[in-house]
Amino acid sequence: MRSPLINRSPLPGMALSAGITLTLLSLVVLLPIGALLLKGATAGLPSLWAEVNTPRIWGALYLSFRLSLIAALINLVFGVALAWVLVRYRFPGRRFLDAAVDLPFALPTAVAGIALTALYAPNGAFGAIARDLGFKIAYTQSGILIALIFVGLPFVTRTVQPVVAEIEREVEEASATLGATRAYTLRRVVLPMLAPAAMTGFALSLARAVGEYGSVIFIAGNIPLKTEIAPLLIVIKLEEFNYVGATAIGIAMLLISFAMLLLINAIQVFSRRRIGYV
Amino acid sequence: MSDAPITHSRPAHRPPTHRPVTTESPGFRYALIAVVVLFLAFLLFAPLVAVFAEALSKGAIEAVTSLANPEATSAIKLTLIVAAVAVPLNAVFGIAAAWLITKYDFRGKALLITLIDLPFSVSPVVAGLCLVLTFGANTAIGGWMVAQGYPIVFALPSIILASMFVTFPFVARELIPVMIEQGRAEEEAALTLGASGWRIFFTVTLPNIRWALLYGVLLCNARAMGEFGAVAVVSGKIRGQTATMPITIEMLYNEYLSVAAFSLAAVLALLALLTLTLKTLLEWRFADQLAAAHRP
Repeated sequence: MRSPLINRSPLPGMALSAGITLTLLSLVVLLPIGALLLKGATAGLPSLWAEVNTPRIWGALYLSFRLSLIAALINLVFGVALAWVLVRYRFPGRRFLDAAVDLPFALPTAVAGIALTALYAPNGAFGAIARDLGFKIAYTQSGILIALIFVGLPFVTRTVQPVVAEIEREVEEASATLGATRAYTLRRVVLPMLAPAAMTGFALSLARAVGEYGSVIFIAGNIPLKTEIAPLLIVIKLEEFNYVGATAIGIAMLLISFAMLLLINAIQVFSRRRIGYV
Repeated sequence: MSDAPITHSRPAHRPPTHRPVTTESPGFRYALIAVVVLFLAFLLFAPLVAVFAEALSKGAIEAVTSLANPEATSAIKLTLIVAAVAVPLNAVFGIAAAWLITKYDFRGKALLITLIDLPFSVSPVVAGLCLVLTFGANTAIGGWMVAQGYPIVFALPSIILASMFVTFPFVARELIPVMIEQGRAEEEAALTLGASGWRIFFTVTLPNIRWALLYGVLLCNARAMGEFGAVAVVSGKIRGQTATMPITIEMLYNEYLSVAAFSLAAVLALLALLTLTLKTLLEWRFADQLAAAHRP
């Protein structure tokens, strides 16, 4: 049976709250995104494709996606380790560390960008060490990678932490009584329980990294085909008043975001089904 | 007696300090702690220290003087104005959306929640592009507003809109799980006792959600004041007029005015530290009333 469109409720304020919600949502979010899609539709698929189909733009999209993927993978490993350490181990400074994990959420991206550049540039504290060892971090793809790891750092930890806290120790004890070593228990019992949350955090971290701009442009060097990220190309196209070009890249990135949003939802549905089944 | 103490029956050959089976060996534990602390030191703490070190590299007086520069003061003023408009509007939106979603049953609720969350998955630069394509001087709405003498893009309104876009879901996301948890019974009881809608909200709902609201507003404010990508696209970067603090940091940095750029960055870093401190205090003190406790 289909539920009615609106179930009458005695509580007042539905019209008012719906009015505020829909007005602001439309004005701030839906109308602008609609304008982007409309611009794309009026330009037509062939001209959008012609704008995107250049080596420079493919290079930037590929670079953004590849480095974001690597950064998200590194964050996946360290995020799970960090969540485990923060929940399971007791050591001085644990609560401080726990609070500090959210720093990339709170610190403005431009501030993070110039700070990382100052550190990892050839004349910076860490960059000088790298220079003496014979390689360069800032103004190369490694620099971009560091910035992307920075912005995506909290996601995996914050999604995995509550799951680690919920694990019942009895399960681990049962595994141990059945003769499993600690490493085997971690690999076969604990990690599978953390996997859905870790994957959600991974996808969130990836989505954030693909669209990241502020913290990357300072450290990137922005050399076409080498260290030029996709969001920067939108800014460049806009500065050239090439609105169709900017729209084409914008729509391409929007599609990537939606694909990742779907991925996150699929992971959540999958894990809910699994947890519901157990 | 099944719960009689059994500790005396422990075999004598067991080592006295055996570890429980649900933890790792001390060596592994210390190694793992060392690895994550080092990882955070290089990626989190070092940049934070670098901001203050660079700002103070020519002495505190130089740093403070650079903040008194008219370019810096106008940037600080603009950022405060933007946050003063964008954050309350988003708070009102968040409360209205959370009320609508948690107090009524209607079809399309999941779609509405997805649309509210949408800005989280859109790149800030794409958000800025969308605003330029909607309100830019060569669009229907933007052109008309320019003719009236109120340009939107490359002016204050678009900076506010961009800041609102990127922080749009913050308050709603914080309130919705808390309000779902609290249910509708208290509001319905107030209604049967004859309270008006506003009275129900201010005396029943608001006290229940105040800490979650504060938490959401805190995060929303930090992001709104620090937003760079979306604002960079729409601001036009006019000195003294449309350059917010992060935009001014970029301009100063690109002009090799390192102390001035990092001093302004240090102000934003202090704001971030203040935000983190307040957020952590709220989490310790009112954990049960915040959304994090209700998330699956």
